[in-house]
Amino acid sequence: MSFHDEIIRLDSFDFVEYFRSVRPEDVRNSLDRDEQDQCDLLNLLSLTAQDFLEEMAQKARQMTRQYFGNIISLYAPLYISDHCSNLCTYCGFNAGVDFPRTKLSLEEIEREADAIAATGIRHILLLTGEAPSQTPLSYLEEAVKIMKKYFSSIALEIFPMDEEEYQVLCKAGADSLTVYQEVYDRDIYKEVHPKGRKADYKYRLLTPERGAKTGFRALNIGALYGLGEPRKEACIAALHARWLEQEFPDVEISLSLPRMTRAKGIIEPKNILSDIDFVQFMLAWRLFMPRLGITISTRESAEFRDRLIHLGATRFSSGSKTGVGEYSLKDHDDATVQFEVTDDRSVDEVAEMIRESGYQPVFKDWELV
Amino acid sequence: MSTIKAEDDTLYFGDVAFSSRLLTGTGKFSSRDIIEPMLEASGSELITVALRRVDPKAKEKDILQYIPKSVRILPNTSGARTADEAVRIARIAREAGCGDFIKIEVITDMKYLLPDNAGTLKATEILAQEGFIVLPYMMPDITVTKQLHDAGAAAIMPLGAPIGTNRGLEMKPMIKRIIEISKVPVVVDAGIGRPSQAAEAMEMGADAVLVNTAIATSHDPIAAGKAFALAVQAGRMAYLAQMAGKRTYAEASSPLTGFLRP
Amino acid sequence: MHIILNGEETAISGPTLLAMVKEKGFAPDSVIAEVNLQLIKKEDWEQTVLAEGDTVELLSFVGGG
Repeated sequence: MSFHDEIIRLDSFDFVEYFRSVRPEDVRNSLDRDEQDQCDLLNLLSLTAQDFLEEMAQKARQMTRQYFGNIISLYAPLYISDHCSNLCTYCGFNAGVDFPRTKLSLEEIEREADAIAATGIRHILLLTGEAPSQTPLSYLEEAVKIMKKYFSSIALEIFPMDEEEYQVLCKAGADSLTVYQEVYDRDIYKEVHPKGRKADYKYRLLTPERGAKTGFRALNIGALYGLGEPRKEACIAALHARWLEQEFPDVEISLSLPRMTRAKGIIEPKNILSDIDFVQFMLAWRLFMPRLGITISTRESAEFRDRLIHLGATRFSSGSKTGVGEYSLKDHDDATVQFEVTDDRSVDEVAEMIRESGYQPVFKDWELV
Repeated sequence: MSTIKAEDDTLYFGDVAFSSRLLTGTGKFSSRDIIEPMLEASGSELITVALRRVDPKAKEKDILQYIPKSVRILPNTSGARTADEAVRIARIAREAGCGDFIKIEVITDMKYLLPDNAGTLKATEILAQEGFIVLPYMMPDITVTKQLHDAGAAAIMPLGAPIGTNRGLEMKPMIKRIIEISKVPVVVDAGIGRPSQAAEAMEMGADAVLVNTAIATSHDPIAAGKAFALAVQAGRMAYLAQMAGKRTYAEASSPLTGFLRP
Repeated sequence: MHIILNGEETAISGPTLLAMVKEKGFAPDSVIAEVNLQLIKKEDWEQTVLAEGDTVELLSFVGGG
């Protein structure tokens, strides 16, 4: 059994028709239950449920406080290479876009790590494009070992690998794995990943499972909103998270909601996820999975993120730079970024905002000893 | 996936089908003659028996003589304190013509008759290999649940409360979690003292319950068997109908989402 | 001849398992027999000859939950 079997099963389920059929009393019943199952998740993700948004928010806030306490964990992303052989039509790093590619040397990685650590951040997310020839396993292993000197938790957002390769990186000190399916709808997946390694839907879908089997302690998954039908994508992402939670009870599961905006060099999004849908998805997920981590990146504006603290978010990136070498090596204007950072406040400023909101910013949640 | 419901609500242990979700036991009845009418009233299709040294002074008939042929026998390994003893009892029971079903009990705590999960797991591994349909009685534990699946258990039987205490679902949160993750039927065994507690277990999503003491020691075991059967059916129907829960959260204190609607 | 029957030493006269069971007053249909930890099927009881010091367990199904 893998989550791929669930995806096959879901083929026969008409999400759009179901969402259309949800009545207010269905949402009412789903909200009133002590625990929410898959039917409740569907009901809470429906457009009908937007009339219950405030009640969902109150319940979600209480649950988040109950299970996580009044805290927001902080992390920062570190891009070490923007070489990429994929042709994802929606990504500014795709191989078809012509810009000078950068790969940091080990010395440069250390300088970047040092600059980030100086801000107080202790949880790092290490990112690359998908170009194994440029960033082979041995390079990534060395990069993780350098991270280990500066950070207590090391998450990876790199190309999907086999278990044996993940084992090497776990042994080097990586503890968490982030991999987004981008889009769960298989037809759209095929359309936006025309060729290359990433064209293999199933291999990517099963990456979190391989990671959990390897021994990663935390998984962060999700869809990129703007490609598939958003409510359906939000539902399958949550079912994926729940499936992983059931299958691997010793692994912490988180969801993210990266959403596309219009930008040059990439395809026009099929849809733009609105703020209200964004919030509704978070709330529905929280009610469906009380212990789910919800990660919010600096793609979102400062003003919006300030609100999300109270709406079930558990982890924020902060002080983020999304171009290779931007922390210590080059200016923003000279870097090619994966996405534009909208919340450009410093780590200190974000931490201060969290405190003012009545929450505690957590720089170091745990350390493997 | 509860979004897609099976029309046919049959319970399977291994490949053996059951329509009743109430398992019963033969212990503690004031008269063995009550067992047959109790089975009839409760509709139970699977009943436990134990194996003991014969007492030369008590010239009683074998308990199997009191159980109608239409009801399947679930021999237990009570009396076993180790995995090896449980395995030995299981083999004897099968040789004696009781079929392939076995309820593993490896008990090491004589005060509350609590099971030893490690010994239970070991016995499950051996007996599943030998083709038994193994129903292990266990302390509710997530890791052990997964290990029991891997070992080939046909069901998981977490205890609701210590045997014979009639205290109900004292282990509720743990059992709930087991129900969530289990790939084989979950039978809440031990501790269920009232029909309402059996209904609660079924509403929560348990696949079946095993009730012995509460039926056997009631004033009228035949009526009690019927009452438990109805409670189990009601609980099952409620689970399938996805009852709306109690309203536990108060309405908005200060609005959190007002900013989204200018 | 002496055997250990259900944990207690006891004298028997008949040489076979079947004879012993009858001698001790048990109904053969309602008991199960193990000789030296080996389960003996009922059809073999008549051929099973007991030896001095054998350990015999006679078991039966009883009520249990």
